Amino acid sequence: MVRARTKFIIGGVLVLGTAGYLMASSIGQTAMYYLTPGELAAKVKDDSTFFDTGVKMGARVVPGTITREPGGRAVSFSVTDGSQTIPVTYRGVIPDTFTDSVDVVVEGRYNKNGQFVATTLLAKCASRYENAPDKYQSTPGYKASKGPAA
Amino acid sequence: MILLGELSLWVALLMAAWSATTSFAGGRIARTDLIASGERAMYATFAFVVLASVGLWTALLTSDFSLRFVASYTSANLPAVYKFAAFWGGQAGSMLFWCLILALYSAITLFANRRRNRELMPYVTGTLALVLVFFLATTVFRANPYARLDWVPPDGTGLNPQLQNPGMAIHPPNLYLGYVATSVPFAFAIAALVTRRLDAEWLGAVRRWSLVSWLFLTIGITLGMWWAYVELGWGGYWAWDPVENASLLPWLTGTAFLHSIMIQEKRGMLRKWNVTLVVATFLLSILGTFITRSGVIESVHSFAQSPIGNWFAAFLVLSIVTTAFLVATRLKDLEARAELESMVSREAAFLYNNVVLVGIAFSVLWGTLFPIISEAVRGSKITVGPPFFNTVNIPLGLLLLGLTGVGPLIAWRRASVPNLKRQFAAPVSGGLILGAALFALGMRDGYALVSYTLAGFVATTIGQEFVKGVGARRRMHGEAVPIALLRLIARNRRRYGGYIVHFGVVVLFAAFAGLAFKKEYDLSLAPGESFSAVDPYNRTWTFTSQGVSRYEELNRQVVAVALDAKRAGAAPTLIKSEKRQHVDSRGNPSFEPSTEVGILESLRQDVYLVLHGVTGEGTAEIRITFNPLVWWVWYGGIIMALGGLIVMWPQATRAGANRRAEGGYVVVMQPTERPHVDAAV
Repeated sequence: MVRARTKFIIGGVLVLGTAGYLMASSIGQTAMYYLTPGELAAKVKDDSTFFDTGVKMGARVVPGTITREPGGRAVSFSVTDGSQTIPVTYRGVIPDTFTDSVDVVVEGRYNKNGQFVATTLLAKCASRYENAPDKYQSTPGYKASKGPAA
Repeated sequence: MILLGELSLWVALLMAAWSATTSFAGGRIARTDLIASGERAMYATFAFVVLASVGLWTALLTSDFSLRFVASYTSANLPAVYKFAAFWGGQAGSMLFWCLILALYSAITLFANRRRNRELMPYVTGTLALVLVFFLATTVFRANPYARLDWVPPDGTGLNPQLQNPGMAIHPPNLYLGYVATSVPFAFAIAALVTRRLDAEWLGAVRRWSLVSWLFLTIGITLGMWWAYVELGWGGYWAWDPVENASLLPWLTGTAFLHSIMIQEKRGMLRKWNVTLVVATFLLSILGTFITRSGVIESVHSFAQSPIGNWFAAFLVLSIVTTAFLVATRLKDLEARAELESMVSREAAFLYNNVVLVGIAFSVLWGTLFPIISEAVRGSKITVGPPFFNTVNIPLGLLLLGLTGVGPLIAWRRASVPNLKRQFAAPVSGGLILGAALFALGMRDGYALVSYTLAGFVATTIGQEFVKGVGARRRMHGEAVPIALLRLIARNRRRYGGYIVHFGVVVLFAAFAGLAFKKEYDLSLAPGESFSAVDPYNRTWTFTSQGVSRYEELNRQVVAVALDAKRAGAAPTLIKSEKRQHVDSRGNPSFEPSTEVGILESLRQDVYLVLHGVTGEGTAEIRITFNPLVWWVWYGGIIMALGGLIVMWPQATRAGANRRAEGGYVVVMQPTERPHVDAAV
């Protein structure tokens, strides 16, 4: 007669094993590199399979590069991390917080024409919850600037 | 008042440090004068933290823009209620808010235990004081809400419009109340470990605090989902964002603890495990605050990269090392008093419940921290998205749902076969009938069918328990059904309150499964133009644009679209969605435009309208989503919270029952005893 404790442990290992297997297999399927434009450029230089592979890229929108298509559903812009600038095109819901100089996370593929085709766009704006008080020093008399001071 | 508040913050820090020192020293060398001094210092800390908070509230409500914090989060034209809520809108203020709640909880704990648990209390006070020292020091040196600007701006930048929502005014306090409440069980665990008094007495003291934490986290998480759904305009309520995960983690381990504590009370088992869960829940709360506040993990919530990260990391490491050392040196005192006797027993069901809850917590933690882990191990950040969390957690969640039904049906220690047959007959049929009915109605989604079958099973289990209990009362006391039901709940709050919580869980799972049938349409509509769509219930809706309007309100400019929504057999209604541009008191635009979604709510589904933008002559670019059963999420949350309140409510009647509930009791059932047929608590 196997002790209940042993049986329980076998059951527990089965449950956790399944969970572990699911974790391992789905990480393989859904994991994505999170890169900056500079890192992405370096990766594709070393290894051309990084073209047209799904990646996430975090960077800042270059002011003045945003061109919205009429209707507010498609947009093209450039992002930079200071070392490398990459043009991005995106079609889909544009978040309220998307504007010049915000930090964005785009998910999509970088193609051989040097264009990043994004399928999701997340704008994370530092000023959204945390206003940069530096704004005051840079704009005496206070006039609200569009978008956060970099 | 403001200057007084600033000074009070410093005094509070000194007082907390004094309290920590004297409490630990007093406990160590058993000197009552030191212990008393430590407790008095804790009360004083509380008083000074209150003064510091009142000072900040004064500054916020009187719009003293010389304070950087006030200038950053409020503006002169902000409604007073949001000036008040801006306290926890920013980093420095929310740190002070943490201190305020912790000081309040500490004072309550000290007062409630002024005559009880005297051997534990010096260390409880000391541990709480140490945690307070950490939070106060971080506030004073790293995120001081009293920091001043070197000039006074005429107006502040205002509170983000997305935070100007009643849900947002109460969501963070609830989460904080939940997070902070985990400190008290942690302090008791440390005290029990230090003094080696590891029997049920400390568990009795912490059960209610764990419930407080669980209750506030449940409310806070539900409010967070509601806020995300009505305010952020992406049509969902849960995105597996790191900040959301952070609030879920302590909830999961806390829930596991509330179940495993019952096994220790009844059987004297799982003693190590319970200590571990209490400590893990506290550490996960700290980790949660850390993730939310430090910006180490990419999150849409994205609070600024801040200087408090290292302090938190150090505090976490220190806590882990201390507790690991204490547990390792006291393994002998933590030996179990009984052993698992059968796989078919309530203990086993509870143990599996713990395995699954901790499994879910681990996978969520792993997925959340994966960018950091992968960067450390492989040198590049790799992120995992919602598919990862869903693949792992849907099967685990369903298993958990099933256990919710199984647990109450089987007896403690060892269940007999005839008993099992009798107990399971109705619930299993209930579940299968619901599943088959939905299949016959055309539902083909596998996970959804499993969910509803299990939901039917659990709901019938709960119903059966109530019917049996009410029946027994009617036979014994001859009471009418409503009275019997009320007394049944009132006399067995833990048991029947727990069932009500479980019923809330069933409602939640039913709502989650509804997500499988969500439908989304993106379109553009000129004024007068119509669009037809079929909802998940196969009914046809016609949406006709009533045109776009532009107008100004007190602190915003609004562009709105109105749609006439028609469905056969229902009265036509209007749905409206707005784009808002907030302006400050001088009429300058502040913040990016925000979206106000239009929601047509019903029990079956929400029709959810988002205005993306307007082109040409009033053509609205919109998204229409049919979201089945979203209401059930909110109601599930409310039911769970109500059940939690019932469980928590002090049992005021018989003194004996009172003592048992508060002192914690260990009934080590003798193996010779006949197995219980009906596992009454």
